Amino acid sequence: MTDRKRFEEAEGKYYDALDDGDVQDLEFTTVSGEPVDPLYGPEDTADLDYLDDLGFPGQYPYTRGVYPTMYRGRLWTMRQFAGFGTARDTNERYHYLLEHGQTGISVAFDMPTIMGYDSDHGRSEGEVGRCGVAIDSLRDMDILFEGIDLSRITTSMTINAPASILLAFYLCAGEKKGTPFDRMGGTIQNDILKEYIAQKSWIFPPEPSMRIITDILAFCSDHVPRWNTISISGYHIREAGSTAAQELAFTLADGFAYVEAGIAAGLDVDVFAPRLSFFFNAHLDFFEEIAKYRAARRIWAKRMKEKYGARDERSLLLRFHTQTAGCTLTAQQPENNIVRTAFQAMSAVLGGTQSLHTNSMDETLALPSEKAVMIALRTQQMIACETGVINSADPLAGSYFMEARTREMEEKAEVYFRRIEELGGVVKAIEQGFFQKEIGRAAYEYQKAVEAGKKIIVGLNAFGIEGEQIDIPLLKIDPQVETHQRESVRKVREARDNDKAARELERLRAAAAGNDNLMPVILDCARCYCTEGEIIGELKKIFGEYREPLFL
Amino acid sequence: MARMIRVLVAKPGLDGHDRGAKVVANALKDAGMEIIYTGLHQTPEMIAESAVQEDVDIIGLSILSGAHMTMFPRVMELLKEKGADHIVVFGGGIIPAEDVEKLESMGVARIFGPGTNTGDIAAFIRNRFSDPE
Repeated sequence: MTDRKRFEEAEGKYYDALDDGDVQDLEFTTVSGEPVDPLYGPEDTADLDYLDDLGFPGQYPYTRGVYPTMYRGRLWTMRQFAGFGTARDTNERYHYLLEHGQTGISVAFDMPTIMGYDSDHGRSEGEVGRCGVAIDSLRDMDILFEGIDLSRITTSMTINAPASILLAFYLCAGEKKGTPFDRMGGTIQNDILKEYIAQKSWIFPPEPSMRIITDILAFCSDHVPRWNTISISGYHIREAGSTAAQELAFTLADGFAYVEAGIAAGLDVDVFAPRLSFFFNAHLDFFEEIAKYRAARRIWAKRMKEKYGARDERSLLLRFHTQTAGCTLTAQQPENNIVRTAFQAMSAVLGGTQSLHTNSMDETLALPSEKAVMIALRTQQMIACETGVINSADPLAGSYFMEARTREMEEKAEVYFRRIEELGGVVKAIEQGFFQKEIGRAAYEYQKAVEAGKKIIVGLNAFGIEGEQIDIPLLKIDPQVETHQRESVRKVREARDNDKAARELERLRAAAAGNDNLMPVILDCARCYCTEGEIIGELKKIFGEYREPLFL
Repeated sequence: MARMIRVLVAKPGLDGHDRGAKVVANALKDAGMEIIYTGLHQTPEMIAESAVQEDVDIIGLSILSGAHMTMFPRVMELLKEKGADHIVVFGGGIIPAEDVEKLESMGVARIFGPGTNTGDIAAFIRNRFSDPE
């Protein structure tokens, strides 16, 4: 009997047995609702070409990872997103995290900072220091990084519409410590497209927003070469309710839109593309997530090379940060979230992440307490030091299942790319509410599946505890923070050279009305203690404000 | 035919997290209520104004940014000033238990936390407006 014949016989026997066997009355789908076959085999990967489709780690198309050494060379950066209250409060948390082995800093700003309002603005009332740290001027940034050497640590700042300003504050804070711009490394999120799509923290309309972004790309290429200028983010798209394939497709589509904007602004793709990085979600479905990360690397590398003509190898590398999925945490039996987060973090590591944030168990209730964030950090350290998963790069490669799922993920993304192109590109698709409606629909479908018991969430719609008393300590934000911060920003305005500040703000307005790069003048504004709200205020005069078309 | 229950779903403050608000809005719509959604970044003034203009029965506020202790009382105050404190206010978001107690003692009809079944929200609203026998 030939091998082929033996295979077919065995396969037939297997499927007969499968048909005869009892199967539980469950939906065998991923958390995104994708059906999964009972078994994957050689035929599912028959057309897979090792070198063309996978490649060795550190080799095109980078499916197996962006570096040859992967975690043997360097572990992922353990970077816990943190910020609350005043710069002083958060500075203490950073020292605490660094003392316990965290290896990078990640700044969470409060809503007024994210939306470009000073702490003493009417719209900031009740919001100062609540869900992140309040930063109004260079003075706050100085305090935030007191005692931290900015030439030795990298900092990620989750800031989008006002990213240029917070980056300027950071660079000036470093400059005052004697660290030159080219020795500072870090990331600004600076991904405005996903704000219109999912996170909804915008200030200006898309066109001037894209201009600010290309100004940042150009400035950093010349002066801050170690800075990751955009962290193209799927995280928020997923948290807003998208499926895994939507997260992948929409994020990469945004990435391509930035590349096109950079090229259209006259920049060489290989000058700015090496500093683009990504940020993905690590959701519940373990293998679906790993397939997503692997597909992302392959799609990015291929398009950057084939469509955008990138020649520098670094332009092809999809490097990414991952955060475990906040939206999967339950308020019920919150300690269970520790375990959920551990599984999610493991998927990110098996997927080859460069940096990781693990959520704390208490985040459906408040910002994380010190105890909760410590357990979250320890989770990463256990994965790194105890489980052995770091020994080999891309350990799941070659699995029929994993390769088939990776391919499927890639194909689903391609379908979305074509759809977005038909709509006229990302910005046009935003204007038509395409992403917003796709995500809203997926979110509602998921909610209905949970409520119908088709998707089980342990502790929520199964295995609940009647009359559960939640007993974990929660972080409280002192209401005095707001009063204190308002006084503090007023003092900054009193103490500075106000004529100089006014002159710089006027220069900024002129630059915004013209075509000069905005970064140098924003830096000058920062140096003379113009506040974030003042700088944004000048830019609003020229750029106007975005109004969202409503899609329910 | 009885008038449909009119619900204003609102996002006060600077918070842009609208997944919950939209899911709840869709679920209440499917449960046969009339929904007016404000969109994002609303001030309490804008919300109270829309509530009166739209002649709603009930307002659902969704807040995930921690500003709930400012936003809820302000909306309630403004409704009172406008002589519209018959409008019921409920809400949801990331709100710790002790704040839930405080808000409910101020007259917020109910706070629904993470993990709430949307059917429970619809039932709560329906009970609130069912004719007393």
